[in-house]
Amino acid sequence: MRKLTMAEALREALVEEMSRDPRVFLIGEDLRAGVPFGVTKGLADQFGEDRVLDTPISEAAIIGASLGAAITGMRPVADMHFADFVTCAMDEVVNQIAKVRYMFGGQVDAPLVLRMPTGNVKGAAAHHSQSLEAWFTHTPGLRVVFPSTPADAKGLLKTCIRSLDPVLFFEHKRLYKMTGEVPEEEVLIPLGKAGVKREGSDVTVVGTGWMVHQALEAADRLALEGVEVEVVDPRCLAPFDKATVFGSVSKRNRVVVVEEAVKTGAFGAQIAAWLAEELFDALDAPIQRVAAKDVPMPFSPPMEGFVIPGVDDVIAAVRRVL
Amino acid sequence: MHIADASVGVLGANGVVAGGLTVAVGVGLSIKQRKTGQVCLCFFGDGAANRGPFHEALNLAVIWRLPVIFLCENNGWASSTPHQYACAVPDVAARAAGYGLPGVVVDGMDALEVYAAVRQAAERARAGGGPAFIEAKVVRWQGHYEGDPQGYRDRAEVADGKARDAIARLRSTLLAQSILTTEHVAEIERAADAEIDTAVAFGESSPLPRPEEALEDLYARGS
Repeated sequence: MRKLTMAEALREALVEEMSRDPRVFLIGEDLRAGVPFGVTKGLADQFGEDRVLDTPISEAAIIGASLGAAITGMRPVADMHFADFVTCAMDEVVNQIAKVRYMFGGQVDAPLVLRMPTGNVKGAAAHHSQSLEAWFTHTPGLRVVFPSTPADAKGLLKTCIRSLDPVLFFEHKRLYKMTGEVPEEEVLIPLGKAGVKREGSDVTVVGTGWMVHQALEAADRLALEGVEVEVVDPRCLAPFDKATVFGSVSKRNRVVVVEEAVKTGAFGAQIAAWLAEELFDALDAPIQRVAAKDVPMPFSPPMEGFVIPGVDDVIAAVRRVL
Repeated sequence: MHIADASVGVLGANGVVAGGLTVAVGVGLSIKQRKTGQVCLCFFGDGAANRGPFHEALNLAVIWRLPVIFLCENNGWASSTPHQYACAVPDVAARAAGYGLPGVVVDGMDALEVYAAVRQAAERARAGGGPAFIEAKVVRWQGHYEGDPQGYRDRAEVADGKARDAIARLRSTLLAQSILTTEHVAEIERAADAEIDTAVAFGESSPLPRPEEALEDLYARGS
C-alpha cells in the first residue's frame, strides 16, 4: 500500500471532498501559500481563489463567518493556523457554533469543520503548543476528533466534512510529516469509532494524537520484557467509543490513559472517571494517567522536556499497574 | 428566549452583544457564493460597537465586498452604561470611515427615513457595491431587562422617547397625506391586536414541554 504523510493525506481528503461537493470551501490564514504546515498547498490553483479564502488575522470573524456560511447552505472548512488561537474566538465556538442548533430548535444545521493544528513541536513555547481538546469536549453541541495516523486523518476528515454537525478536528503538528499507509480507495471512518492500534494481553493504554506513537514505542520496549500492551486510540473524543475502550479494559483489567494535554482537567480525566464509574469491578489496579505537567509550555529545551510526557512516562505508568 | 425563524430568513437573536456581526459576514459570504442576490441585515446596539468582533466583521465585510448592512440601533445605553461614556466617538457611524465605509446616521424613530436608508444600502449591495453602515438614533423606553426600574436614567429622556413614538409618527404622516384613512388605521390596528391576542392565547393554553425535550436538538438527527 502507498505511504503518505499526514499532511498529504489531509490534502487528499480536502481535494476529494471539494471535488465532490461545490459547497465545500476553505477559509483561514495563509491557505493559498499553504504555510506553515503545507496541508492546503496547491489547492487555490486547483479549485480557484473563490474556494480557498485567505483571511486577515481575524479569528472571531473567521469562525463566526464560517457559522454564517454553514447555516445558509455552505460547507466551510476553517483553518485555525494554531489551535492556540481558537482562544481568540471562544464566543464564536462555544456560544454561537455549539448552540445554534439547540437554541433554535433544530431549524439549522451547522456543517463546518475547524481544523486545529495542535500540540507540542519542540521550541514552539507557550502560545503555539497547547492541547485544548478538553475545553471542547466540555461544550455540548460540538464534535471533537483527533486522529493519530495519515489514514485515520484522511478517513475522518472526509466524514467530518460531510457531517451536519460542527467539528473541531485536531491535527497534531508533529504528525504532519509522519508517514503511514493510506488506502487508494475511498474510506470514510465513522465518528465515535476507536481504533485498536496494537493488541496486547496485559494492559490497555488509551492514547491520543502524538501520544499514541509514544505508547506504541513503549509497548515495543515492554514486549522485550514479556509485557504485552494493548494500545487503543479513541480517534474521536466526542462522540467517544466506550464500547471499544471498555471492551479492551474489561479483558486486560489494567489501564493507563495517556495524553499530551496538561493533566488537571484533561480529557483523560473524563475517560478515567467513566472507567471508575462504569467498569470498577473489571479493574485489578487503580487507573493511571500520563499527561503534561500543569504549567504553560516552556521554551527552554530541558524545561520543555521536563513538562511534556514521553515514552519513559508511559513505561513507568504501565509498571505501576502491573 | 432568543428567537429565530430560518424559514423567513431570521437567523436568530443573540445573547452575546455583537455575537451576530461575524455570523452576518458569513451569511453575506454565502449569499455571494450561492449567487442568490440576497442581502444580510444585521442589527446590533451601541454597546456592540465597542466589542472586538464588530471590528473584525466590518473589516472583513469591506475587503470581501459582502452584501451585509450593519444597522446599529443607538439608544444611548448599554444596560446602565451611557454611550457618551463608553464610546470614544459620539456617533458610532464615525467608525465606519475607519473601514472605508460611509457611515449614515438616521433618525431611528422615523420609519420612512430608516426605510429610505436601508433601501438604498440594499440596492447598492445587490448591485455588488459591498456593505453599508447605518446608525439609527433611537430612544430606549424600557429598561435593559424586564423589571429594570432604570433609576440611572433621567425621566425626561424616557418621556421624550415616548413622545417620539415611531408608530404614532408614521400613522400621523400617512393620515395627513391621505395615504390611509382613519378606517384603514383602525382595521390595521384591530388585525394586529387580534393576531397578538391569538398568539398569546395559544402560548398560554399550550402545555409545557416534556422535561426530557431538554436533551433534543443537540446534534443532527441520526448522527
